[in-house]
Amino acid sequence: MTETVTESMLRARGLGKEYGKGDSLVRAVDHVDLDVPAGETLAVMGPSGCGKSTLLHLLGGLDRPSAGELWLAGQRIDEMSERALAAVRRDAVGFVFQSFQLMDELTAVENVELPALLAGRAPRAARRRASELLDQIGLADRARHLPSQLSGGQRQRVAIARALANEPLIVLADEPTGNLDSEATLDVLELFESLHRAGQTLVIVTHDARIAATADRLISMRDGAFVDDTRLTGGTAGSLSALVGLDS
Amino acid sequence: MQQEVLLALLAKEPSHGYQLRARLRDALGPLGDAMNDGQVYVTLARLEKAGQVVVERAAGMPDRPDRKMYALTATGQRRVSEWLTEVSWPKPDLAEFHLKLLAAAAAHLADPVAIVDAQRRELLRRLRDAQRAAMAEPRESDAALLLEGITLRLQADLRWLEACERSWTKRKTSPRGER
Repeated sequence: MTETVTESMLRARGLGKEYGKGDSLVRAVDHVDLDVPAGETLAVMGPSGCGKSTLLHLLGGLDRPSAGELWLAGQRIDEMSERALAAVRRDAVGFVFQSFQLMDELTAVENVELPALLAGRAPRAARRRASELLDQIGLADRARHLPSQLSGGQRQRVAIARALANEPLIVLADEPTGNLDSEATLDVLELFESLHRAGQTLVIVTHDARIAATADRLISMRDGAFVDDTRLTGGTAGSLSALVGLDS
Repeated sequence: MQQEVLLALLAKEPSHGYQLRARLRDALGPLGDAMNDGQVYVTLARLEKAGQVVVERAAGMPDRPDRKMYALTATGQRRVSEWLTEVSWPKPDLAEFHLKLLAAAAAHLADPVAIVDAQRRELLRRLRDAQRAAMAEPRESDAALLLEGITLRLQADLRWLEACERSWTKRKTSPRGER
């Protein structure tokens, strides 16, 4: 088999996940192929139960596939030992969840530095990086606040900063705006945009059309399979005026 | 440019055409870019002819359109008041798309789900443009508020397309037969 010249950041071949057996067999992810080039923002959309969250868990090594092969930055990760996979999850993948998953008893800056400390970084370096990240997301003045003292949008931004603590190769987000109002959603969208501009590879599973619209590429998923794969860049810029009745 | 809009802008105080243009720019942000300056003057001329605005010329100035000062007449004033109490609202044209899907399926001309997918891509591109524009505006600005209206409408349309997709996907897998 010939390899393509441009290496995908993420590459899956025949990736599948099945639950149950016999009549109750569910193909949550049904043998999909996927290539995510470095620097791309990919959105995966689909109705609930279509398998998009399961897919994201497989891609990030949170769950093991029942079929197929998976590479992260050229490294095969589906066959790895549990220990090696844990290291990949910690060092190379940043996760963002719908419910933020911050540690309630830690301050914002402590939450953000935690992955770096777990990866064995020096406390001082970890703190410096965490402070920089909080500054980047506009929450430097909230560094010593507990999650309970932050709004939903601020918590999600802290969670995104935490996902970036170890400078991951890829950030995987599962319904990151699912619990946010429209104002906070815009904050998160802006943050994703700036990550994208900085060259971060992003895969976002969502049913929020606003997120999907900021992606370079959109995959629609149904019953565990990809049914549509579209580039969203380019297109019809400049037609906005027509949308508010100003074109005549 | 809609006549009532210019009349309403003049209700605050008599203004030059270029002042009206500037206020429209502020209110519309990037959406005002497509606005043709000539449209404002053409509309003002029509309103003058209809007796709804009067022109006051600055004394001793050359007779150039940008030197004219426009003011509301009593008729113009009345029209503004009526316009403010109107409850008209732009109609979304959903029936056409709905009928397109039905016709495509009935005549086996095209796959309705593929039509929905193509339409969704188009709306997502528009949503992307609107969102980009919204992010470029100051959060509390008039233009940002207008852009929020656009993004909300597009989201509503996209939700309807999801419903169309669900329905037509179901019909494909379990045909209901001809009706």
